[in-house]
Amino acid sequence: MKESLLDKAALEFDTLIPAGEPWICEIRKGHHLRIIDVEGNQAADTLFYNAADYEDRYSAQDTIRAQANIYLTTGTKLMSSRGNVLLTIVNDTCGRHDTLGGACATESNMVRYALDKRHMHACRQSFVKAALAWGRGLEKRDITHNINFFMNVPVTADGGLTFEDGVSGPGKYVELRAEMDVLVLISNCPQLNNPCNAYNPTPIRAVVWNFGVAV
Amino acid sequence: MIEPGATWSHILKRGTALWITDIEGGANVGAIFYNADNPTERYNMPDTLKAQHTAHLTQGNVLYSDMGRILCSITADTVGWHDPLSGSANEALVTAKYGEARYQAHRNACHKNACDGLLIELAKYGLGARDLAATVNFFSKVVVDGSGDMRFASPHSRRGDYVELRAEMNVLVILNTCQHPMDPSRQYAPKPVHVAIRQVAAPGPADPCRISRPENERGFVLTERYFM
Repeated sequence: MKESLLDKAALEFDTLIPAGEPWICEIRKGHHLRIIDVEGNQAADTLFYNAADYEDRYSAQDTIRAQANIYLTTGTKLMSSRGNVLLTIVNDTCGRHDTLGGACATESNMVRYALDKRHMHACRQSFVKAALAWGRGLEKRDITHNINFFMNVPVTADGGLTFEDGVSGPGKYVELRAEMDVLVLISNCPQLNNPCNAYNPTPIRAVVWNFGVAV
Repeated sequence: MIEPGATWSHILKRGTALWITDIEGGANVGAIFYNADNPTERYNMPDTLKAQHTAHLTQGNVLYSDMGRILCSITADTVGWHDPLSGSANEALVTAKYGEARYQAHRNACHKNACDGLLIELAKYGLGARDLAATVNFFSKVVVDGSGDMRFASPHSRRGDYVELRAEMNVLVILNTCQHPMDPSRQYAPKPVHVAIRQVAAPGPADPCRISRPENERGFVLTERYFM
């Protein structure tokens, strides 16, 4: 785990994303994105796309296979479906992030919890809403398997999948360097059916700055 | 038979089952699944894994779409572990690992890669790169240790091992027999598999996949509602 100083002089965006809201933004090559778990225990469901070609997008399977490890942390290269490096995680005060658990959906909530959960707000509602608002052809079939920043989803030696608490906390953050121009789409998770948000979804903060600009 | 390194597709009808048999042992079958009646609905890796709290697939498990429905159930399996984590190799990865072997010199023994095989087959149904997300690698096993490291387990599938997938919807299934992307062997040596389709009875109230966990009972209800 490392900490880095944020160069406020070159700030491009500094946004508080309320619980249950999406955020979509282009990030230039070389610029940094920091996602901050403001109050702790909050899942930030995140997708990335090559800004020049949305067909070339974050791939969970390619990312974990390329590093032969299921956890995302400092040094992880986020791989695209065409084998390109979209971003690199350059700092991580949390230590571990998940990319197997996916995003909650109204439909999967019915399967996981109860048939009467369909009305509850879910990440994939936010993803689709933001994709349609962004336009440029982005739609439901572009909502692929995402990263869950600040989530801990270990796999056991006998092939079980478990959901565990406790790696994140107030103020913990992950920082990424864009290796090409990318589009980022975040859903600040509204899930109330499990402890991924400690049953109390809270805001996250997204900060983008031009790392190359001198103060 | 699906030849080594080849791609095959079929619209598997609800009420039928697909048998895939490892003819020689050591096969790998990369697989993707879509609702044939509405291909925007497709296999979803996280929904499949988290509904069943598993990071491997075997008999009793089902394959979930992103719409809360069951595309296929695994109704028989002599292998015991199929890999849902590792995805597919593209041309660059295959060339880096096995060297270049192009059609001009090698004819149909040229090196093939699963990504291109799946994308070409998807195009035959009007689908493309935006529709290709996670694959399942049948007959292969990847274990994860306490620090998260992934390791390809070999040898795994034996000659004659098989898996049966019962279609719970009308499912476009695309299979590719290229080697697993984490197979450490430096030799390009994909294996063939045999496929067969038969009519099967609809899953009853005591169906083992249905009652394997409460999530799957709800998944079957949602799938049956879709056909009402």
